[in-house]
Amino acid sequence: MTDLTDLTVADIRDGFRGGDFSAREVAEAFNANVAAAKALNAFIVETPEKALGAADAADKARAAGETLGPLAGVPIGMKDLFCTQGVQTTAASHMLEGFTPTYESTVSGKLWAAGAGMLGKLNLDQFAMGSSNETSYYGNVISPWRRKDGGNAALAPGGSSGGSSSAIAARLCPAATGTDTGGSIRQPAAFTGISGIKPTYGRCSRWGIVAFASSLDQAGPMARTVRDNAILLEVMSGFDPKDSTSLDLAVPQWEAHLSSDLKGKTVGIPREYRPDGLNAEISAMWDRGIEWLKDAGAEVVEVSLPHTKYALPTYYIIAPAEASSNLARYDGVRYGQRDLPDGAGLQDMYAATRAAGFGPEVKRRIMIGTYVLSAGFYDAYYTQAQKVRALIARDFELAFEKCDLLLTPTAPSASFALGEKQADPLAMYLNDVFTVPASLAGLPAMAVPGGLDAAGLPIGLQVIGKALDEQTVLNASLAIEERAGFTARPDKWW
Amino acid sequence: MTETSYRIQGATGEWEVVIGLEVHAQVTSNAKLFSGAATAFGAEPNTQVSLVDAAMPGMLPVPNRECIRQAVRTGMAIDAQINKWSRFDRKNYFYADLPQGYQISQLYHPIVGEGQIEIVLDEKNPEASTKVIGVERIHVEQDAGKLMHDQHPTSSYVDLNRSGVALMEIVSKPDMRSPAEAGAYLSKLRTILRYVGSCDGNMDQGSMRADVNVSVRRPGEPFGTRTETKNVNSVRFVMAVVEHEASRQVDVLESGGTVVQETRLYDPDRNETRSMRSKEDAHDYRYFPDPDLLPLELDDAFLEECRQSLPELPDVKRKRYEQGLGLSAYNAATLTADADTARWFEALLAEGARIQKKSEGEVAKASANWLLSELYGALNRLGKSLEESPVSPEEGAELLALVADGTISGTIAKQVFEIMLETGERPAAIVEEKGLKQTSDTGAIEAAVADVLARNADKVAQYKGGKEALFGFFVGQTMKAMQGKANPQVVNELVKKGLA
Repeated sequence: MTDLTDLTVADIRDGFRGGDFSAREVAEAFNANVAAAKALNAFIVETPEKALGAADAADKARAAGETLGPLAGVPIGMKDLFCTQGVQTTAASHMLEGFTPTYESTVSGKLWAAGAGMLGKLNLDQFAMGSSNETSYYGNVISPWRRKDGGNAALAPGGSSGGSSSAIAARLCPAATGTDTGGSIRQPAAFTGISGIKPTYGRCSRWGIVAFASSLDQAGPMARTVRDNAILLEVMSGFDPKDSTSLDLAVPQWEAHLSSDLKGKTVGIPREYRPDGLNAEISAMWDRGIEWLKDAGAEVVEVSLPHTKYALPTYYIIAPAEASSNLARYDGVRYGQRDLPDGAGLQDMYAATRAAGFGPEVKRRIMIGTYVLSAGFYDAYYTQAQKVRALIARDFELAFEKCDLLLTPTAPSASFALGEKQADPLAMYLNDVFTVPASLAGLPAMAVPGGLDAAGLPIGLQVIGKALDEQTVLNASLAIEERAGFTARPDKWW
Repeated sequence: MTETSYRIQGATGEWEVVIGLEVHAQVTSNAKLFSGAATAFGAEPNTQVSLVDAAMPGMLPVPNRECIRQAVRTGMAIDAQINKWSRFDRKNYFYADLPQGYQISQLYHPIVGEGQIEIVLDEKNPEASTKVIGVERIHVEQDAGKLMHDQHPTSSYVDLNRSGVALMEIVSKPDMRSPAEAGAYLSKLRTILRYVGSCDGNMDQGSMRADVNVSVRRPGEPFGTRTETKNVNSVRFVMAVVEHEASRQVDVLESGGTVVQETRLYDPDRNETRSMRSKEDAHDYRYFPDPDLLPLELDDAFLEECRQSLPELPDVKRKRYEQGLGLSAYNAATLTADADTARWFEALLAEGARIQKKSEGEVAKASANWLLSELYGALNRLGKSLEESPVSPEEGAELLALVADGTISGTIAKQVFEIMLETGERPAAIVEEKGLKQTSDTGAIEAAVADVLARNADKVAQYKGGKEALFGFFVGQTMKAMQGKANPQVVNELVKKGLA
């Protein structure tokens, strides 16, 4: 019998419906993998009983001949940025340690309503701020991948959705939720040889997701196949009257319309994404991707996104500005940590609570954000950044007059060793250089694995689409997936 | 338009006071500005708090359409520019009564732009003493919660019931020049808000409060440095703040000092203002557009609905009462100063016209006089408001109709009214039951006149000797003999005839 934990979401769904195995067997198999993978530190909280509960409900429903939800029998991991009713939600911060929401986020609620079960709450960079999962209060997440050179250096699973990427690559869950503010789904997917899609801004409700940067935050799925991403995204998307920025549009049937035939589609290759000094293996992977898309029937043209070089600085003004305000609510008054030194007044309590509750990267971004919004600097930074953001969005609009989608690398390198970039925040921020522009423009973008580099680590490609055109993004990613034939998996060492 | 000449006499000459008001008016709405929580006054602490109001992780604001509608209607009522595109901004600061760590407000693009409010400085002579006060803007924003310091010896508690309640901030231009103008502006604004129904105007419950900006200058010179006295909660206190603060500033300036731009607090018990914080330790609020909310875009249909739903406004009503109904300027002003009074009066008028089969204009004067003297007198005596009046407009109209058609005299009407107040019975029933119907039976009246003249032969002689003022005495005696029920006109005629 095949190992149930090697199955994709689609396999599990169909196999369960067809009676090949019970949902309980699936849940037990993944629970066992989770329990045996403490070394990866992918989970902050494990909830095997939740996975079993959902599985039993699915088995019962199937036995009774009831209509089954689209994810009946499928256990998944939940990034610990989504508020889950009755289950601790921390955003990987000491600040929220012990915080148990009385409410369920819209997206997680949709997944449970579709029949999915929760294996646990996945580790992440604290408040989703980081690109290596080294800022979590609950410790680094370790990538299951290791370099072929025989060294045992612990590698970064990417961030901020590093618990999700590590857990999926290690077969601890077939799929997981992620959130993406500047690349937090795509970069960890690329680092671990899985795929993940950030949909158009507004597709998924932000209600109940701990906010980082409101104008950029989007939930999205992460899984091993493009089809699995389509299945999950259909469940996660949809209008939510509780989120003013949610799009009031019907959710397309992405899975049913999956097709790797790209005849009639034009792929744009943005020249600004190939700077001098681009990693040769990344560059070569990109060239291979171009050939794959041509092979799938697409035409390829070069396009220009002239304001690309300003994207990173723009992002690192806007995101911290919004974060500095969004994180003001963690003040020790109503929930989460409270540090109240003897004889302390209100201001002392704020200072002590926030000093103890937030990690260094979170503090750094709060300070940057506070600075760029302060009187005298607001126009020079925040207003200017908003203008540049509009120009970056305009770049994409003009490019999409000539093409239907864009193909780029996802990250400028493969995974790096934990600790390698921690001393230099700017070097860390550069990880997002290819993912941030689509975030600023609110466009759908997907990471899909392309192959392994010389060190045996996954590297991948990014497909960026027009607003609301997730279908083309998924289809092009599927074409790459079919041609890349990426079957590599990390050797189990944990 | 009149220039007021309110001046402060300082030791070194005259000073002029310049006043601007920022009024916070709680929007009448069942739910808060960005959450579905209730807004009723006086509920137990923390019973009207949603997850959004408590700023739980991941919670998001969704604008409440009714609050937006009320702000737009208010703007229309002061003839203001309505901005079809506006936006919410975050005002960031830390305080325990502010769960989000920021207040959602509108700094850069308010929903309502410039408008104006006409104030009347002399009610007896409204036309001759009006002044137009400019309104800079109206924006909507969230209220904060409330700290409670009396629950525990060393800790403070927080009540979030008010957190997130919708406020309109109505910002005047610095157009007022005296305590009286500031008082008249605030009263007029409250009248308009109550007419529109966008705020209940209950200052004692905190649903309306004013930040009072005051500066002084030599007449004709540029504006001086202003102070802002926060959260003043009555018309009287606003006037007191202006008076106190202006003379304090004059004292400071005349003794060689400078006025510090600062926030002050008013202490009604001592009738003085005290410094709260100066500009130096003012917050940097780091305003920026709220990324959780899309810009607010109003379409024409929405604006049209807002316009259609506006009632007749006080200035228009006052002019109509004067010109259309023929009321005195004073009565028109008094009846329209308050939406409830006008509503009561119009019900009285409509019913009077209906049962007397006359136009409203024909019954207006008697109705206004009765309401303002008889009814108000009685309510004052009973310590009741118009809303609590034991007599309804329909009953009042019935009473007035009985006078108008000669069934009872004005004197008897007063008696009947007293009985109505006590028993709650209908006037016609009282008149019937107590036999108070006025008589025009000339036989009975002639007999009474003859009797009065016979008993007062000496006075008849004096009258005939030229003391004509005695005529009223004979009429009065006859009415008395008739127990007030004789038709006064018939009595007049018959007394005249008897003396002839």
